[in-house]
Amino acid sequence: MVIIEFMGPINREPIELDISTVKELSDFIMKDDTLSTWADSLAVGVNDEIVTDINFKLKDGDRVTLLPPVCGG
Amino acid sequence: MELYSGGLNVPKITAKWYEEIKSLNYGAFITFVGTIRDENGIEALSFDIYEPILKKWFESWQTKARQRGAIVKMAHSIGDVKIDESSYISAVISPKRRVALELIDEFVEDFKANAPIWKYDVIEGKRVYAKDRSTPMSGAGILMGEKND
Repeated sequence: MVIIEFMGPINREPIELDISTVKELSDFIMKDDTLSTWADSLAVGVNDEIVTDINFKLKDGDRVTLLPPVCGG
Repeated sequence: MELYSGGLNVPKITAKWYEEIKSLNYGAFITFVGTIRDENGIEALSFDIYEPILKKWFESWQTKARQRGAIVKMAHSIGDVKIDESSYISAVISPKRRVALELIDEFVEDFKANAPIWKYDVIEGKRVYAKDRSTPMSGAGILMGEKND
């Protein structure tokens, strides 16, 4: 299982998904009415490293962090 | 990198940094202090931070700065920060002014674009995500099937 964490204003508790690529995560998010509204603006961290390939492979125990648009300072 | 609950004690933090570097033969010390302004009817701003990725972002800047003979520092607030208080301080210390002047610009701008921090206006006691002032991080859009570094 892969743990999915939602940062900042997404404001959801973490969930676990049985997925093996970021593409499968994308498919899950697109089916969710609320999460799909965030989809085009999200950066994705896997074990705290930003990934940029939708075919990136996920393994059991990976922690995926979904990061919405930022504004520090 | 220093994170504090609530508004920053600017004199204390900047004095501490100055004391740390004043005898190390650096010729330039530039600070940027961000202060909460009274605008749009807000009572305060509020911040969420994802510390593990912020720490990596800051470490990458320490490496970049070191390659140019400089040091970077930053402090940021977590939670509510009232009007007239500071939520963000960054600093660049370098042997000569030119590197420090250039780096403070790059460091602060990249901070705004890529540090994993979320800002909320506090209005009538409620936190409202500052969506219009927020920027998708580098790499955002991957879930749409785009490659976007």
